[in-house]
Amino acid sequence: MIETKNINFYYGNFQALKSISMKMEANTVTAFIGPSGCGKSTFLRLFNRMNDTIQNTRLTGTCLIDDQDIYEKSVHVDELRKKVGMVFQKPNPFPKSIFENVTYGLKVNGITDKKYISERVEQSLTSAALWNEVKDKLNQSAFALSGGQQQRLCIARALAVSPSILLMDEPASALDPISTSKIEELIHSLKSEYTIVIVTHNMQQAARVSDKTGFFMFGELVEYSDTKKMFLNPEMEQTQNYITGRFG
Amino acid sequence: MKHTEIEIQSLKSDVKQMWNLVANQLSKAKKALLENNTTLALEVISQEKRVNAYELKIESDCENFIALYSPVAVDLRLILSLIKISNTLERIGDFAEGIARHSTTEDCTDIDIQLIEDLAIEKMIDAVLEMLLDGYVAFESENTKLSGKIMGRDEAVDTIYSNGFDVLSNYIQQNPSKAYCALKLIIILRKIERMGDHCNNIVEDIAFYVDAEVLKHNKDRKSKQ
Repeated sequence: MIETKNINFYYGNFQALKSISMKMEANTVTAFIGPSGCGKSTFLRLFNRMNDTIQNTRLTGTCLIDDQDIYEKSVHVDELRKKVGMVFQKPNPFPKSIFENVTYGLKVNGITDKKYISERVEQSLTSAALWNEVKDKLNQSAFALSGGQQQRLCIARALAVSPSILLMDEPASALDPISTSKIEELIHSLKSEYTIVIVTHNMQQAARVSDKTGFFMFGELVEYSDTKKMFLNPEMEQTQNYITGRFG
Repeated sequence: MKHTEIEIQSLKSDVKQMWNLVANQLSKAKKALLENNTTLALEVISQEKRVNAYELKIESDCENFIALYSPVAVDLRLILSLIKISNTLERIGDFAEGIARHSTTEDCTDIDIQLIEDLAIEKMIDAVLEMLLDGYVAFESENTKLSGKIMGRDEAVDTIYSNGFDVLSNYIQQNPSKAYCALKLIIILRKIERMGDHCNNIVEDIAFYVDAEVLKHNKDRKSKQ
């Protein structure tokens, strides 16, 4: 479970997130929607401390994962990122073979057992709905794959180190409709094992894949509710205006 | 199977269950009326709540499907049809309950059996039941070839309904003391005739879903079916 309490985040003097408190239950898909610059990606990147490397930023508030404050000094970022995987907007496979891409995280973590590594490769690629397409060409370059396949490879790479949480920052925005559909089906199937948080500009995608949706605007969480409720009968006028296209 | 397809199968399954329930309700209401079986009539009346619950669930699920999946083309036509079909099935369920209620009233328990036969009520309800079941087959098989057959039966139901007025008129003239109960049978005939119309509406909804054809208010297209 992910829980934030009164999160404020600043890029220099600019406050990107304002007093955000929310809970994301285990084995659910939560979608963040909102216009560009509303803070949804900044908020997502807090969960695996991706913002740590950005200069001149400041965070206040608490971010708990399974009741552990992930910003406590005792927390090792490497350990945290084993637990919290991430997939980005643009597929970013390493310039290596398909096999090496999936095993990269395992090797970084010092795992050398070849049998275990082989099993994880198959399991991860199967979970990412890619195994059948690549099982006969694991030693080929990852760059030989299509964009949609590369993105599923990145998901397999994230899954290989057995995270419990998967963060997805617009994972299908660079893909064609068929590849997008495969990623969305994948999100549905992964839900039983992972807690998934997805940022998307595509409201229909949020509606299709998520159990809960958070609508962000100007760094504030305007509304957070069941996706069915959000898209049928939102509480806030701002949400209604945004999802119906009347906003702006 | 894709997630949206699973959702669609689930919606269709609910509609088919409702369809079976309504056909069952009508069948029992017929038996209750013809055999003056109060126990069966009460069963139909109590089951009407289930029909209503199906309608509410299907409507709500269809609303959610539209809100979440933004269906287009055949999926959109299906969802719109499912909403209409479930509304129509609920109305047929209401009429079946109305017929059953007639069997529970104590003021007309000794209706002349010959009158019921002359009115051809059993034949009329059977025709509606066949329309309902053929509609189910058309929906399940996504095949509109049965449309013409179903609509033809509605014409037969309408003819029985029209003849019923002459039968009742003669009966009342010959049995003025039984006019009250005979007149109540007009309400039953009217309910059955309306159920036939509703089955026709279902055929129109299936044609819209399967063939994207609008048969409503279009006699030329209906006659081609």
